[in-house]
Amino acid sequence: MDISATHLTYIFVGLSFSLYIGIAIWSRSTSTSEFYVAGGHVHPIANGAATAADWMSAASFLSMAGIIAFEGAAGARYLMGWTGGYVLLALCLAPYLRKFAKFTVPDFVGERYYSQAARLVAVVCVIFISFTYVSGQMRGVGLVFSRFLEVDINTGVIVGMTIVFFYAVMGGMKGITYTQVAQYCVLIFAYLVPAIFMSLMLTNNPFPMFGLGSTMVGEEVYLLDKLDGLTTELGMSAFTDTNKSTIDMFFITAALMAGTAGLPHVIVRFFTVPKVRDARISAGYALIFISLLYLTAPAVAAFARINIINSVDGMTYVDAPEWFTKWETSGLLAWLDKNNDGVVQYRGGNALQPTKPAFGPGREDLGQRALENLPTANENELYIDRDIIVLAHPEIAQLPNWVIALVAAGGLAAALSTAAGLLLVISTAISHDLLKKTFRPNITERQELLYARLAAAVAIGIAGLFGIYPPGFVAEVVAFAFGLAAASFFPVILLGIFSKRMNKEAAIAGMLTGLIFTFSYIVYFKFISPGSNNPEHWWFGISPEGIGTLGMIFNFVVSFVVMSVTPPPPQAVQDLIENIRVPK
Amino acid sequence: MSDNASNKTSEKVPEKSADTSNQYWQANLRLMYVLLAIWFFVSFVCGILIVDYLDQFRFFGFKLGFWFSHQGSILFFILLIFIYTWRMNLLDKRYGVDEGE
Repeated sequence: MDISATHLTYIFVGLSFSLYIGIAIWSRSTSTSEFYVAGGHVHPIANGAATAADWMSAASFLSMAGIIAFEGAAGARYLMGWTGGYVLLALCLAPYLRKFAKFTVPDFVGERYYSQAARLVAVVCVIFISFTYVSGQMRGVGLVFSRFLEVDINTGVIVGMTIVFFYAVMGGMKGITYTQVAQYCVLIFAYLVPAIFMSLMLTNNPFPMFGLGSTMVGEEVYLLDKLDGLTTELGMSAFTDTNKSTIDMFFITAALMAGTAGLPHVIVRFFTVPKVRDARISAGYALIFISLLYLTAPAVAAFARINIINSVDGMTYVDAPEWFTKWETSGLLAWLDKNNDGVVQYRGGNALQPTKPAFGPGREDLGQRALENLPTANENELYIDRDIIVLAHPEIAQLPNWVIALVAAGGLAAALSTAAGLLLVISTAISHDLLKKTFRPNITERQELLYARLAAAVAIGIAGLFGIYPPGFVAEVVAFAFGLAAASFFPVILLGIFSKRMNKEAAIAGMLTGLIFTFSYIVYFKFISPGSNNPEHWWFGISPEGIGTLGMIFNFVVSFVVMSVTPPPPQAVQDLIENIRVPK
Repeated sequence: MSDNASNKTSEKVPEKSADTSNQYWQANLRLMYVLLAIWFFVSFVCGILIVDYLDQFRFFGFKLGFWFSHQGSILFFILLIFIYTWRMNLLDKRYGVDEGE
């Protein structure tokens, strides 16, 4: 007997949510130390898994393989950029921040630079970066709910928020950590199972990461060569060719790496382990857990691209499979029959003008949704949103219903785990850095804990609003989070550890330079003058996505100049630096 | 080529003075620079700067440059962190700054 995919999705999502709530009840926090850093008692392997779930968001789980599927080789900037940062974390930041043994990133900035002004700049950055990031997660939650559970996006967001509220507000970091461990297991299982199915179907190799380098079933040709052939035949650029300039690839990858190492919700995870040497190894475990997904992503991308080309190109619309019409109904797929032959032609170039579909009322003769877009000059008739690849490929490959349900539960785990980590960072920045350390130093620990829970509740409310009324620029502002983290926190923390000469004046000047430059560049090209957002107008051909690297370089230069003309930090701070450089 | 310290782990430095803690820090930095150089080479050099050149070579079913940028660099990153952890733990012991059990 077949149970429908929708029913199975309800069962899988329901089971995983009950698990998260159970863990939350079991691991309530009773002190600020437990709420902020899980008491510092988390085993390095558990912290590695929690870091991986914290880190891998809706973007990694839902979007990344889709981007690689359509961009091919250039998608490597995300693969390298979002993993290489862990080397920087392990070698340059995590062990020293663990020795410092405080609760937050602004804590470090405030004490290392003996300045409340520096702390406040850091708090503003933390809150801005984290909210930016959280709104992206909410879109992921809404997407999964609306497509698989066929509920309204708003209902989906509210259910998701309620779950996060439950374990983030009750459990704090302790609840979040152990829930994230469970969420990691759910999400990695959900990612690998369909990938293994597809790898077996296409290459007979049960390991997707090796399947990518294997020959096709029943043929002598390698899978990647086959895909290069298919794509060029259809007038698309070959899968393994890069269509981005070298300088832009370089700058974007660097911004993502330094941004990863500077993101507050990642750094704070290393405050939760017992020892300095645990912080080092924990970054290694985190990267192993992350790489299970990241090494599989390019395989999923290539498999999905092959399957899409094979199943869609040349298909008559009236015979379209269910997934095709469902995603069309969701508005994430569109077909414009340019030559009126009733057959879907999938070719290179954008099918529509403007690129994103604008649906009119009603349906055309064959039942496809009416479009208000103009046709482009090329032969391509198909628009596919990149974000649907991971969710759609089990259906495209006609995998069993339980696999489809599993992917939905995995996508939710990825989005919710990241959202919880970010919300905690926001609430900590408010209760600890703004209240306890700045405006209300006399509050007791109980009061501080109450404020932390309140701040988490308010933050969840705001994040929920972002999900229900998504600002039209969600995708655009993700560049902000990484660019700003790279241009502000990364240099300030790095120099704070490795240079004893680095002082308050240099830190503030450097952070502000990096922030203002990066912020202005992104705002100019994304919002003020989006029409000129192309390589001709970019500085040195660097896109807004990669500009954080230049902001970071400016930050370093300004810091070096300012520290050479201002007095060194006080002796107490120099002793602090000596102290964090050794584990004992 | 990195630190010569951890090659002779049995030889313990007895006292923690300003001098030995400076030596510890220098050894730490040398290790870090070597590993970061490899980090830069496998990702930025092999995966981006000379990726087209490497693409003329094959590695199983991959073009070599494509493999580095999509899989190889990540495997090297993992290796680098574990090498760092292993060598630093040895350094900690040698200079008597490890945290014990």
